[in-house]
Amino acid sequence: MFTDFGRYILLLKAVFKRPEQWKIYWKNISHEMVYIGVNSLYLIGIISVFVGAVMTLQIAFQLQSDLIPKTIIGSVNRDSAILELSPTISALVLAGKIGSSISSEIGTMRVTEQIDALEIMGINAPGFLILPKIIAGVTMIPLLVIVSIALNIIGGYIGGTFSGAITGADYYRGITEGFNPFTIVVSLVKAFFFGFIITSVSAYQGYYVKGSALEVGRASTSTVVISCISILCADYVITDLLL
Amino acid sequence: MIEIKDIHKSFGDNYVLKGISGKFEAGMNNLIIGGSGSGKTTLLKCMVGLHEPDEGYVLYDGRDFTRLTKDERIDIRKEIGMLFQNSALFDSMTVQENVMFALNMFTKQSKEEKLERVNFCLNRVNLEGKNDLYPSELSGGMKKRVGIARAISMQPKYLFVDEPNSGLDPLTSIVIDELIDEITNEYNITTVVVTHDMNSVMGIGENILFLAEGKKEWEGSNKEIAHTDNQRVNDFVFASKFAQAAKEKL
Repeated sequence: MFTDFGRYILLLKAVFKRPEQWKIYWKNISHEMVYIGVNSLYLIGIISVFVGAVMTLQIAFQLQSDLIPKTIIGSVNRDSAILELSPTISALVLAGKIGSSISSEIGTMRVTEQIDALEIMGINAPGFLILPKIIAGVTMIPLLVIVSIALNIIGGYIGGTFSGAITGADYYRGITEGFNPFTIVVSLVKAFFFGFIITSVSAYQGYYVKGSALEVGRASTSTVVISCISILCADYVITDLLL
Repeated sequence: MIEIKDIHKSFGDNYVLKGISGKFEAGMNNLIIGGSGSGKTTLLKCMVGLHEPDEGYVLYDGRDFTRLTKDERIDIRKEIGMLFQNSALFDSMTVQENVMFALNMFTKQSKEEKLERVNFCLNRVNLEGKNDLYPSELSGGMKKRVGIARAISMQPKYLFVDEPNSGLDPLTSIVIDELIDEITNEYNITTVVVTHDMNSVMGIGENILFLAEGKKEWEGSNKEIAHTDNQRVNDFVFASKFAQAAKEKL
């Protein structure tokens, strides 16, 4: 485990070396941004709307009391979405979608000697392959989380009003009352670190693949497991530090 | 010229290279041959820096590659071209982008100049007009030729070729061998080819290093190999009945 951590740090050191040609790196970064951000929008959107709707119903079920105003349902759903559900669930889903893809892409390049070809040419292979993915991850995942928060809250409105658990007016008042903008900062900090974890861990797993296509598959599976655990640990640490 | 001195390499308990020395002259096809597991590819990877030798030196025209740091090696790496066993073309790039890749990364040429160089290299390997194809759309022989075009795009002084004929039919193998031979002579490149293809050995083997169990067993030319008394070399080179029959006619 310590050996792996040491190699991960050394890989990151190589990743952040000065690029040979920024122009080519920018092209790769924009390509990765489309892949990580735009291409994940649909999945994150669907998940966020349903999570928001289900959360509203469950909060309404647990807060069935004449002493508690219905607007609380909106407030709780909003804060849950901002602080936990949107960043963490999005990150866990993206660890599966993007993480396994990055790991298998880089792993395949390793076993087919494409990484060796880069090194022979004198190119900093970790920087060329991994840096664009990390930059795209730490910029696009926070943006996806913002979209997710919005859709989560909209999903809560649809679910709550459709089922009759809460009126539209109560829900709207709930989500607008007592809003603390710092929760958005916490959410974006989480998203930034989750983006870094997903892209760097998956790249590390792929970069050090040895053997054949079978190993690429195994690395892909390990990526999802390690990324998910790392995301949950980071979630706890960031929450503890910031709240 | 490339010179290797007393190269040792082991992976854990597996002692692969046991002190190999040799010289590879410029403008000459230098072949490293030997059976499976003899250490050919490991030696090649030690020479290009993909593996670090445990002991020994690799000298590129007197410059000690093994003692340089990773950053210091970049200047020598720019003088190296390599054709990999499976071509190792970048899947996500077209033929043109593959060949232009090193030019984009290391030169400040205009787009027109780079395109001219790419077309020259593709013409040289008889692949003119294939610029926009992806590696998945190419045959094995075409991939090798694109690999050669990519390897020569930066006008290398040293060309390394790992198993150029693996997976190719005999006719295509001859085309690839001839291409390597022509390029080596045309540009006075120091070419090092790792192979176990006997057609290559007899066809283009101007200087042959035979490895067995991680040691240099024999060294000579393709003219000398047919008449050597070395039993191991004979067993290897004339393993097939076809080769034995050909030897008897020599």
